[in-house]
Amino acid sequence: MRGIGNYFIFLGNLFIKREAFKTYIKQIIDECIKVGIDSIVIVTIVSTFIGAVTCIQTAYNLVSPLIPRYVISLVVRDMTLLELAPTITAIVFAGKVGSNIAGELGTMKISEQVDALEVMGINSVSFLGLPKIVACLIMYPMLVILAGFLAIMGGYVAGTVTNVVTPQDYIYGIRADFNEFNVTFALIKSFVFAFLVASISSYKGYKTTGGALEVGQSSTSAVTNSCIAILVADYLLAQLLL
Amino acid sequence: MIEFKNIKKSFDNKPVLHGIDGVFEPGRTNLIIGTSGTGKSVLLKCMVGLLEPDEGSVLYDDRDFTHASRNVRREIRRDIGMLFQGAALFDSKTVEQNVMFPLDVLTEMPKDEKLDRVNFVLKRVGLENVNHLMPSEISGGMKKRVGIARAIVNSSKYLYCDEPNSGLDPMTAILIDNLIKEITEEFDITTVVVTHDMNSVMEIGDYIIYMYKGSKLWEGDSSEILGTSVPELKEFIYSNKLVQALKDGENPES
Repeated sequence: MRGIGNYFIFLGNLFIKREAFKTYIKQIIDECIKVGIDSIVIVTIVSTFIGAVTCIQTAYNLVSPLIPRYVISLVVRDMTLLELAPTITAIVFAGKVGSNIAGELGTMKISEQVDALEVMGINSVSFLGLPKIVACLIMYPMLVILAGFLAIMGGYVAGTVTNVVTPQDYIYGIRADFNEFNVTFALIKSFVFAFLVASISSYKGYKTTGGALEVGQSSTSAVTNSCIAILVADYLLAQLLL
Repeated sequence: MIEFKNIKKSFDNKPVLHGIDGVFEPGRTNLIIGTSGTGKSVLLKCMVGLLEPDEGSVLYDDRDFTHASRNVRREIRRDIGMLFQGAALFDSKTVEQNVMFPLDVLTEMPKDEKLDRVNFVLKRVGLENVNHLMPSEISGGMKKRVGIARAIVNSSKYLYCDEPNSGLDPMTAILIDNLIKEITEEFDITTVVVTHDMNSVMEIGDYIIYMYKGSKLWEGDSSEILGTSVPELKEFIYSNKLVQALKDGENPES
């Protein structure tokens, strides 16, 4: 409970007595590159294969001749939008970006770089944490859109190459019974998950004390706590919004 | 001028500072000395606000820092420069960006003016043509110089140095000591150095506080320290064989 309380105090400090917004612009751009552009490769690989595997496994389970084949792509689409693109990408994002944020801030903390900012009269929490959170909020939804597109494309390639579904059936299934709210839901989830990963990882990094061993522990803790928070938030959002 | 009154600090009910007082005058190099674990760094952190003292107050030119509002503290802090033990340079920034950082964040200075100021302070600390090097590409002594340049670039009135000689060879340590003293006098800065290096004490100690187990046991200047009658301070000073030899009038090489 104490940790959760400290986390909320940390969130409050992000916005209290921060520097002028123009101070953050360059930092936010740099962070967007680190958080977003540098994550494209891993997100591409993971989402393409997840889409492909979803397609093959759905086809494997749909053995009844009464079920039309386009249902395969319909399932791929809805699973991708509702769960795979925002949530699985968030887990990958927590592993890559979350550990990076915690490691970077943890190292800055133990090497007195954070103290150096404080002595200068700069609110180190907002100066270091806010650009990372804003960058994640900007870039993660874009990564989710990319992941969703690539997962559906991965399903298409896997399904048509292995002949479990024809291209026509796949395209038909993608368009059939489409509910636009699923896209909105995926984007809402992406903002929530981005905030959770960035803020929890920043908090864990910022609270690091000790040496190299503790920096490693903070990184690990950032990833595990982010993943738990993502799954809890995933459930709550599904309950609230679906 | 920095004045601190009755500074007390405990960690987990274990007292570390037992009510320390002192006044540090501008234009002088003020030293806080003592063996490891006596509370020197804790006192320094209380003075710059990285730790909150349990009791007592710190005044910067009669401005109460300890009990001030967040805004006032922020204003006072902008007059403070600090050289950390490991220099605490930002790893992801070049030397030039590190030194320019306080100007970027705390001032509205035009870019050209900032660059001139950065080059001026880098030259002043004896560093030229290193602007585009990363902290990982420069030596420990150079890092300390960059740290000093960053601490004074914003025309700081108060300069804190935490163990400025740690990890440096004796010659570089003397250069850093002399640089701190020169800058203190040249810019009329109130400088506070935390050290346990007797060479620093003898070289630059205008005013010295000796701390022992969280209390101030002695104060004076470098000309008085060798004649002290405080047993703990004597033990601290003469644990250095060179100083012992100087006291005994022996040739240290013999």
